[in-house]
Amino acid sequence: MKLQTKLLGQVYQFKSLKEVFAKANEEKSGDRLAGLAAETVQERIAAKHVLSEITLKDIRDYPFLSPDEDAVSRLIDEQINETVYMAVRNWTVSELREHILADDTLGSDLRKLSTGLNSEMIAAVTKLMSNLDLVFAASKMEIITCCNTPVGQKGVLASRLQPNHPTDNVEGMLASLREGLSYGIGDAVIGINPVDDSVESVKRLLHATHDFMQDWKIPTQNCVLAHVTTQMKAIEEGAPADMIFQSIAGTEAANKSFGISQSLLDEAHDMINSLGTSKGPNRLYFETGQGSELSAEAHYDIDQVTLEARNYGFARKYEPFLLNTVVGFIGPEYLYDNKQVIRAGLEDHFMGKMHNISMGVDICYTNHIKADQNDMENLGVLLTAAGVNFIIATPMGDDCMLNYQSMSYHDVATLRQTMSKRTSPHFEGWLESMGLMEKGKLTGLAGDLTLFH
Amino acid sequence: MDRTLIEKVTSMVLEELKVEQHSASVKPPASMRMVKIYNNLNTKPTFGEVTDTTRSDEEAIEEPTFYSTVASPKNKEKLLENQEKTPARIGIGRAGVRPKTNALLKFRLDHAAAVDAVYGKVTEDLLSRMKWFSVQTSTETQEEYIRRPDLGRKLNEDSKKLIESQCEKNPQVQIVISDGLSSEAIEQNAEDVYLSLSQSLNQLGFQTGTPFFVKNGRVAVMDEIGELLQPDVIILLIGERPGLISAESLSAYICYQPRKGTIEADRMVVSNIHRGGIPPAEAGAYLGNVIKKVLTFKASGVSLLQKEK
Repeated sequence: MKLQTKLLGQVYQFKSLKEVFAKANEEKSGDRLAGLAAETVQERIAAKHVLSEITLKDIRDYPFLSPDEDAVSRLIDEQINETVYMAVRNWTVSELREHILADDTLGSDLRKLSTGLNSEMIAAVTKLMSNLDLVFAASKMEIITCCNTPVGQKGVLASRLQPNHPTDNVEGMLASLREGLSYGIGDAVIGINPVDDSVESVKRLLHATHDFMQDWKIPTQNCVLAHVTTQMKAIEEGAPADMIFQSIAGTEAANKSFGISQSLLDEAHDMINSLGTSKGPNRLYFETGQGSELSAEAHYDIDQVTLEARNYGFARKYEPFLLNTVVGFIGPEYLYDNKQVIRAGLEDHFMGKMHNISMGVDICYTNHIKADQNDMENLGVLLTAAGVNFIIATPMGDDCMLNYQSMSYHDVATLRQTMSKRTSPHFEGWLESMGLMEKGKLTGLAGDLTLFH
Repeated sequence: MDRTLIEKVTSMVLEELKVEQHSASVKPPASMRMVKIYNNLNTKPTFGEVTDTTRSDEEAIEEPTFYSTVASPKNKEKLLENQEKTPARIGIGRAGVRPKTNALLKFRLDHAAAVDAVYGKVTEDLLSRMKWFSVQTSTETQEEYIRRPDLGRKLNEDSKKLIESQCEKNPQVQIVISDGLSSEAIEQNAEDVYLSLSQSLNQLGFQTGTPFFVKNGRVAVMDEIGELLQPDVIILLIGERPGLISAESLSAYICYQPRKGTIEADRMVVSNIHRGGIPPAEAGAYLGNVIKKVLTFKASGVSLLQKEK
């Protein structure tokens, strides 16, 4: 394996493939915090060049974290379709990039190819791709999943309605829910982050959303994003849940810090398949985000793009209905500013799609990141162009419980109209029956939450 | 992650404090999570207390209302009813599919206040009035502070010397103040919290050390201070990451004998201290009772829970 190159008279010698991977990343404060980032802009390009000539076989044969020592590595390696892998193992990362972008490579070809790649290979090609590469390649792929209703169809921009409330007050939650529905939001899921991670609170919110969906015959699905064990208890006690949610990470040790393991997720998967209130077949929902492994001090000196890809490798085993990266939430020590958040959003979306995952993005930021709402609007346009399955929406983009900002109900409606995207078909039919939508556009009644009284 | 864990442990510990709290007539544990519900359609939230009663010409100027609502709702009463149930920005209407100008400006204003709180500075005026001397962590700039949480947990060499020369050693309770992620949290709340806390500790008969201010501090900076001064308890009053609802919320972290290697689960936190949450003047008595419990059991956080069992 060649870990050396010479550019503009300067020789660059890297010590390991892991170093090449880290230094080939676009600038991220998290890689710098971990002491892994390229020292100069030219060194970054040198690393990209070395990486471009590495073969897929080398990447598989020299793991950064071997299947023997890490359950996530094991799971990713077990899932590789050996026939597909054998056909492409001698490709370089550069050839993989050009194949993905080629005119005659269709989305369906990429879905097949995906089964022969591990997460590190997908991370590697991501490092060679420009932002528009990432938009273009992701836009080829159509990944449809179904819980009660399907999401992911080409030409559709779906949304998670996130009606959080600072004290989990049911009436307060319903107020934000009504508002969102009146803007055509909620076709991917009505998903609430509870303040209080107790079984009683989770049950109360699951019942409230389920009842509301029944009363108004809304074709969507509900979820309360407590810890997986809390949701399981609530479901055991008869609470109506269409899916189970969990935050995941890219190493076994980081997952342990989240209080989860593969066997726990297996158990949750079995439970929701037998006790869930949805039609299925996809009944899990995951959230991820660059930097969580470093934050848990479980990153093994692996860069954050590669670790993020491993989240998707872990997730794909469970064929989740939804997965979204919470791209600007983890903090400026991992993604410092608007430029880094936008890049990470496009990387995560592409890498998720390349794992055949129904990929969404929480386009968001906290108040100590150097970014503002305009930056989120920019990323919203880019991801809509890239064919993102769903994005998260809160009232005016302000989440009054989690104290961060995401996209707004207005933003989703605007992206749909500006970029000629539709609402998910079942949901659009329902909006039409409510008089809120005509031919894909909101009517004059839209934006009035009192329609739901 | 750490923060959630610390909050959880704290609420479990404080659950046990219920009786003492009622007798001391301070807020029940549920208030730790209490959030002031602002009606974001109003000019200003109605705050509990106005301490400054002087009026100047500036105060006579009215602030804009940024009023924004649905053009012709089906049911106006129901709209107001919904809005009262949540601080979320609902019922604000639209201009086409975009928000109305007032709703947009109100949002930008609240974000501006949050950003300015992160990048603001605690004034010399406050520090000299309170006679808090000032030290600094190993971060040189605000940018470095944001990027390098590890450096925000370490004091620079000059600061260590200053603390050693200025502070009483081995106090029972050491009070430390730090800007953290919101200088505004310190400006607005630290004085009242400090005064009520000192009074409460005094009444409880605890001896307090020499208070000081740490610029650009993270929570775990208390471990290094613990090594230097060997106190039984440190209480760190630190600015929280600002949200749009409040940019001036303060947290009080409490730890029994914090030293190098202290685990996060041994810290406790009372958060949401600001005029729309736990009022700063009332927080002191409550924090005093928490410290009393910590000193009685010679433990905090998870260790305190274990000792109670």
